[in-house]
Amino acid sequence: MAKIHVETTINGDPTEFLCEAQQSLSEVLREELHLFGTKEGCTTGDCGACTVVMDGRIVCSCLVLAAEAQRKSIHTIEGVADGETLHPLQEAFLENAALQCGICTPGFIVAAKNLLERNPNPSEQEIRYWLAGNLCRCTGYDKIIRAVQQAAAAIG
Amino acid sequence: MAQTNGKNGSGNGFKVLGTRPIRHDGIDKVTGHANYGADLSLPGMLHAKFLRSPHAHARILSVDTSKAEAMPGVKAVVTGDDFPPPPTGIAESGETPADYSDLARNVMAQDKALYHGHAIAAVAATTVRQAEEAVKRIIVEYDVLPPVLDVRDAMRDGAPVLHESMRTKGLADAPDRPTNVASYSVYELGDVDAGFAAADVVIEREHTVNTVHQGYIEPHAAVVRSSEDGQVTIWASSQGHFMIRELSAQLLHLDISQIKVIPAEIGGGFGGKTTVYLEPVGILLSRKADRPVKLVMTREEVFRGSGPAPASYIRCKLGATRDGRLTAGYAYMAYEAGAFPGSAVGAGMMGIFAPYDLPNLRIEGYDVCVNKPKSAAYRAPGAPNASFSAETILEEIAEKLRVDSLDIRLRNAAVEGVVNATGVAWPRIGLQETLEAAREHSHYSAPLGPNQGRGVAAGWWMNAGGLSSATLQINEDGTASVAEGSPDIGGTRAVMAMIVSEELGIPVDKVRPLVADTESVAYTGVTGGSRVAYATGWAVTNACRDAIRQMRECAARVWEVDAERVEWSDGKAILSGDGKELTLKEIVAEAHATGGMITSASSINAPGAAAAFGTHVADVEVDPETGRVLVTRYTVCQDAGKALHPSYVEGQMQGGAAQGIGWAINEEYVFDADGVMENAGFLDYRMPVALDLPMIDTVIVEVPNPRHPYGVRGVGEVPIVPPIAAIANAIYAAAGVRMTACPMSPPRVLAALKKQARSPQAAAG
Repeated sequence: MAKIHVETTINGDPTEFLCEAQQSLSEVLREELHLFGTKEGCTTGDCGACTVVMDGRIVCSCLVLAAEAQRKSIHTIEGVADGETLHPLQEAFLENAALQCGICTPGFIVAAKNLLERNPNPSEQEIRYWLAGNLCRCTGYDKIIRAVQQAAAAIG
Repeated sequence: MAQTNGKNGSGNGFKVLGTRPIRHDGIDKVTGHANYGADLSLPGMLHAKFLRSPHAHARILSVDTSKAEAMPGVKAVVTGDDFPPPPTGIAESGETPADYSDLARNVMAQDKALYHGHAIAAVAATTVRQAEEAVKRIIVEYDVLPPVLDVRDAMRDGAPVLHESMRTKGLADAPDRPTNVASYSVYELGDVDAGFAAADVVIEREHTVNTVHQGYIEPHAAVVRSSEDGQVTIWASSQGHFMIRELSAQLLHLDISQIKVIPAEIGGGFGGKTTVYLEPVGILLSRKADRPVKLVMTREEVFRGSGPAPASYIRCKLGATRDGRLTAGYAYMAYEAGAFPGSAVGAGMMGIFAPYDLPNLRIEGYDVCVNKPKSAAYRAPGAPNASFSAETILEEIAEKLRVDSLDIRLRNAAVEGVVNATGVAWPRIGLQETLEAAREHSHYSAPLGPNQGRGVAAGWWMNAGGLSSATLQINEDGTASVAEGSPDIGGTRAVMAMIVSEELGIPVDKVRPLVADTESVAYTGVTGGSRVAYATGWAVTNACRDAIRQMRECAARVWEVDAERVEWSDGKAILSGDGKELTLKEIVAEAHATGGMITSASSINAPGAAAAFGTHVADVEVDPETGRVLVTRYTVCQDAGKALHPSYVEGQMQGGAAQGIGWAINEEYVFDADGVMENAGFLDYRMPVALDLPMIDTVIVEVPNPRHPYGVRGVGEVPIVPPIAAIANAIYAAAGVRMTACPMSPPRVLAALKKQARSPQAAAG
């Protein structure tokens, strides 16, 4: 079957790719575009490691067909820092030791950034609810929640 | 050893150790630039997929790959027949010793499929989809056999037998007929019968623990390239790239020097990545196809095909006098090894009574094969199962005697000099201090709400030393690079840099730590047993002290004095009695005149690993309508010996507790009668999410290990040990039911609540 031609925007850059009909967005981001910052932990939408923002909403990119990216705006972990300037969430994750192995970290940061854009001052419970779709097996979440709280305070 | 800045143990005179610098690999990990096992793409790279057994127990009659080989894009197909005969002997490079023959047959089934998901064949093709399609065209003829899925069933006469040649090791009168019981072992101290006779209270209970998975978020992944000259390069995520090299070489009859393993970042392991699954298959595929091959497990394959932690059945009995002094303990412990021998029953036996001064004990352990994936290490392997039994029975004794939960533990706490189950006297240990820390914590006396209860439990882990290596270079500008061989799962690179900074007196951000490949640093054992900061850190310390010796000699040459007159302090050589100084940077700048650059290497078999203990306090709320258990507050007190980077020590304590909470409340493999796991995904295998947990408070207790340069003990494993028992005890305090099966999931707790309502005296879950 012929491949599908997709025109999309990734982290602000116009991007074109060819994909098979059944390929997921996470697979294309990783294997075709080599944006390996988006991780795959389950490919069933249960772990959140592949979280990206599509037209302003967080999605599990493993559950989105690559072809659905047509004329959409995609934001991945690679677009969170502004050049060498880290986002306050990235700073807070480092300062709070909110990562151990780090495989879940891109998904958490992308999801938390989206939360803070919607709700600049979330409660602990709101943070826990928003991030309930992202699995971390190393930290017990304590330091992640504190990092998001610190970033929220820093952004003001 | 060279003169150093005089830090030889327990003191607090550290400048860098004990602080909380930003980890050196941190920016790469928060920006998405860190490369994990699956984050690599090579030109011409193929993708591999596995065919896995649809039966939990079956004889493999034939495997026909001809149709698969003819599929478009397929470049190589591998089956068990492609493996050479395995070497005899025992592989020591994983976390637990394993027979090479078992390892080979676990990587790819030979004559029998021993669990649902057992690898039968693998295909490498140009695309993932071509490989998936080709796998479906492999025709396997099976003679399906009845599976055995429970440790007690597997021990019964007439049970289906996995291995016809198996006879029970360690049992003097073992009958000469096939069995699933791989081995029997026993620990005995004192006079158990007399001990129980002297008791005023004796409680005996049976406990079961279900199979759980380590649940690392990164599936197993590797890229393998086998070159025409026979050299193999492997990029893999694992807890030990030297382990991958050794096991791959042995299974495929290669020289160690033919294989180079480059460690990728590892996305969690918890013991589950201390053996090989993919790499030997990758070598064969790459060799056949003459192309690099990428192998990545799906989550489903991780559950079905990689090592879970063992399920267990334990019958345990404790006796105590009226004043709460333990007199005797007995335990019958049967652990599921999975398809091949080697459960963690041995460590469970060492751990079950470890926290207590128990002069009379008998512990019997059985390692039993069942038709489930071969069990692998999981954080303090075997100990959580054991702790569930001993710590809940002890609580029952405390209740009967009306003694406070922490008091009864303090009254019986093992201290230096007490002889443990293995017949060895404890060196200095810190259990008592963790119990006292729990008692002093505000949590222990905080008020509770309706349907809430509080439980405590203590736990132990032995901690490991072993082989570790490090290479240090002082660079020409006075910065340093340290290469070491331990994959960094939770911040240990930062710890290595901190050690260099502490020893050499240069800022921590001027030290570059590197987890080096197998050709760039000497052999280092797996990241497991809580050994990295301890043993690899020690190798780094030694390398630093050797570099300091060299720099003192350099300074002596510059000053034309005897090196003995040169001291080292705060990153400077000082001429004693004179006051002349040369900084590290100045010494390096003199390299042309003083004999060359400064570099050192250390390779050690770290002695003196010291056990660590923790005490946990858990509050739960039990929903009387649904049986749901919610953890409302949780505190971990643990002896770290010396916390080198306290943030990552706390992280280990919190993460281990969270895994223990998941194990206690939600997590379990659910098998159907045919041995098929019914919940092989994160939706149905329910690990804790952020919403399930409270903040997890930590108290780092520091009772230095006198045998380590900084007092380190190791922290990673202990925190998963107490949670199951602490939560069971909290459930009893909240709802009056004693849970004896794990997980304490809503249906189980609800059943116990209903049973209690019918018969309040006899309630048990």
